[in-house]
Amino acid sequence: MKAMLAALTAIVVIAVGSNLILNEAGFSSQDRGSGPSVRLDD
Amino acid sequence: MLRTLTALLLCLSFVTIAHAQSADAPAPDRSATGGAQTLDDILARQRGEVVADDLGTGATGDDVPNVGHLQPLGGASDPDLWRALKHGTADVTASNNGPAATTLFQDGGMWWLEFRKGPLITYGSLLLGGTILLLLVFYLIRGRIRIDGTKTGRKIERFKAVERFGHWLLSGSFILLGLTGLVTLMGRKVIIPTFGHEAFAALAAPSKWIHNNVSWAFMIALVMVFVMWVYHNLPHRSDINWLLKGGGIFSKGHPPAKKFNAGQKLIFWSVIVLGTSISVSGLALLFPFEINLFGATFDKLNSWGISGAMGLGELPATLAPHEEMQYAQLWHAIVSFVLMAIILAHIYIGTLGMEGAYDAMGSGEVEEQWAREHHSLWVEEVEAKAKTPTESATPAE
Repeated sequence: MKAMLAALTAIVVIAVGSNLILNEAGFSSQDRGSGPSVRLDD
Repeated sequence: MLRTLTALLLCLSFVTIAHAQSADAPAPDRSATGGAQTLDDILARQRGEVVADDLGTGATGDDVPNVGHLQPLGGASDPDLWRALKHGTADVTASNNGPAATTLFQDGGMWWLEFRKGPLITYGSLLLGGTILLLLVFYLIRGRIRIDGTKTGRKIERFKAVERFGHWLLSGSFILLGLTGLVTLMGRKVIIPTFGHEAFAALAAPSKWIHNNVSWAFMIALVMVFVMWVYHNLPHRSDINWLLKGGGIFSKGHPPAKKFNAGQKLIFWSVIVLGTSISVSGLALLFPFEINLFGATFDKLNSWGISGAMGLGELPATLAPHEEMQYAQLWHAIVSFVLMAIILAHIYIGTLGMEGAYDAMGSGEVEEQWAREHHSLWVEEVEAKAKTPTESATPAE
């Protein structure tokens, strides 16, 4: 049961972590698929 | 699954048949239009006849001198421009820097859309529904597979904590990915018509986030499980006997098996092979247009003569970036449906279907009698190891 809970926690940590890392590393769709002349934020 | 695949391949063959037909037909006189389509072509297309799609490929205005007073298009006409765009010869610059940004036309989208919302969802659902139904029928006929002998109360450690962690990482992420994948696939066809756009929007956004990010947990767990269990899943001669006796499911007594019986080995290799395939196609979808798998694969299948031998003709080896994504999506979904069906059976036999099986992944310790019945050779190995003094117990010289 402990192993299962640890794994489920790990899934959350890995998911949040990978999202953070990929966004920070410039792998968001916005970064990859648009240029400076494309405004998506405002 | 086979029918789904056949349908996919059939769609591919239509493309090649259409090309072949247009090539065989005698070319009508198109000199009046400089090789571009004529009124007859337009009327033929309206009648639903197949018309060559490469008409006027070269007529993109390059031969017309750029006359200043014809600005802004110069000597190039709108039809010339559209033709150049259609045939991918236009000089396109785009303000965004995506790899597929300058591909303004791709004509592989409609059959993909039709296949995705038609056969893919239909046969995928039938496969999953059929598997659940079969398991239900099996349960009603066979009931729960009980431990035949008297329970000893003694436990044998079957999986260490790290093994169970790897298993739950894989299974937890797979269930999340399966559910969110189904939400993504079924949105337009099932969820929106049933629950409305608002409900689907609320469901789709978190589903996409979960599917994209939990995928990493699945891939990490896949590597973990492979490393930890590959040795025990190598083929052994006892597997043949086990398979010939059907695992003893419908007979009295259990064929001897090592740590993993042949059925479990089949599950293991299905998970590894199909899981890897799903991961690779998933990565292609996760980083759009960066990883192109299918053009090169089709090229290999063509050159090795496999596509010809299967009666598929020449597969399209030059694919638009979007077509690569479309094939990746279909492959990702088809293989996932197959693995989901296999895993449904695995979940059944590991929980409801067999007494004592869940302990292996629950506490990691199984009832000795269960182990003797289902994995007799493994128990013998464990007992032999327990009797042999370990190296660490040997006094140092």
